[in-house]
Amino acid sequence: MTPTKTTDLKADPSSTDEFIKGLWRENPVFVQVLGMCPTLAVSNSAINALAMGLATAFVLIMSNVLVSSLRNFIPKQVRIASYILIIATFVTMVDYAIQAISVDLHKNLGAFISLIVVNCLILSRAEAFASKNTIGKSALDALGMGLGFVFALFCLGAVREILGNASIFGITVFPESFQEWIIMILPAGGFFTLAFWLFLFNNYKLKKAKA
Amino acid sequence: MKSESFWYIFINASLINNFVLAYFLGICPFLGVSGKMETATKMGAAVTFVMIISSVCAYGIHALLVAINAPFLQLISYIVVIAATVQLVEMVIKKMSPALFRSLGIFLPLITTNCAILAVALFQTAKGYSFFGSLAFALGAGVGFTLALILMAGVREQLDFADVPKVVKGTVITLLIAGILSLTFMGFSGLGS
Repeated sequence: MTPTKTTDLKADPSSTDEFIKGLWRENPVFVQVLGMCPTLAVSNSAINALAMGLATAFVLIMSNVLVSSLRNFIPKQVRIASYILIIATFVTMVDYAIQAISVDLHKNLGAFISLIVVNCLILSRAEAFASKNTIGKSALDALGMGLGFVFALFCLGAVREILGNASIFGITVFPESFQEWIIMILPAGGFFTLAFWLFLFNNYKLKKAKA
Repeated sequence: MKSESFWYIFINASLINNFVLAYFLGICPFLGVSGKMETATKMGAAVTFVMIISSVCAYGIHALLVAINAPFLQLISYIVVIAATVQLVEMVIKKMSPALFRSLGIFLPLITTNCAILAVALFQTAKGYSFFGSLAFALGAGVGFTLALILMAGVREQLDFADVPKVVKGTVITLLIAGILSLTFMGFSGLGS
């Protein structure tokens, strides 16, 4: 999916707006449909989704700040390669950090931590925002987008875990008699849940446009 | 892992654990380029080619990194190799077929950030495949990716004639189709075990 670049055209949005927009109006998952692969793959339980979201948000913030502070030194021709190197460095750090914090979590998330490198969300923020804006603004932008990503991932993970496993954060919420929807924690459930959330968002947007 | 035959590795990567429909890898091009059958086929071929080259390179790099005892460089060196391969493919396609170059558009350079390709390199290292095992794995992953892309394009071409409600048009209906495709591919589980 091609990144939307609406932010660049605006005259001079206030700093709070840079932060707020990522949370809702330009939510990376629900509106821009970026960073789909990790979104679908690790959102089979709320805790996995949250950990993945936070790891991505951390990389996003750090790389946005670094890209923004180096924006006058990186030659235009090699900028994408430089961004990817910056991102890969932070991802390697996160990978080792998670391994140190919880081996189980690291095993659950598997290769998807390393795959944060190729999350289009991070590269698109570096290219569309951080390379053109001041450090402060880029940090706020990344914080907003990162939290928006965490929020979206949590929405998916919670629905899938509640329906597929009858629990949330490992705590059972339904009585014994509840028949789990196994399909929700299988790959197909990821597609269906995301389709469902996007449907809600579209519905809301269409209704608002009509009003 | 020596006992796994190359044939099994191939079937496993392409059908049982299809990269797109079971591992959710390469979803962006899967949703983005699956509108037309022709583009889908060529995109699949390009991705498969990049996968095989980067898989071979990754095998060499891994051996080298183990030799100099620097595993933390793995991620960075893999991504650099993939970026270089994509650049090469881009130049070749631009020279050989400008029309194809235009129809793939932004998604050609974006192969670099296709997680399926990096995943091939990472998975083969994690699973400790031999050189030819890695090749079979990369080929299987590429074929699986192409297959998913073509199936999707086939359905979406028909969808153009259907009367889809406005609220589910675009990504929502595509995701629903992907979900159903994913369900069908679950039928392959247990194959070869």
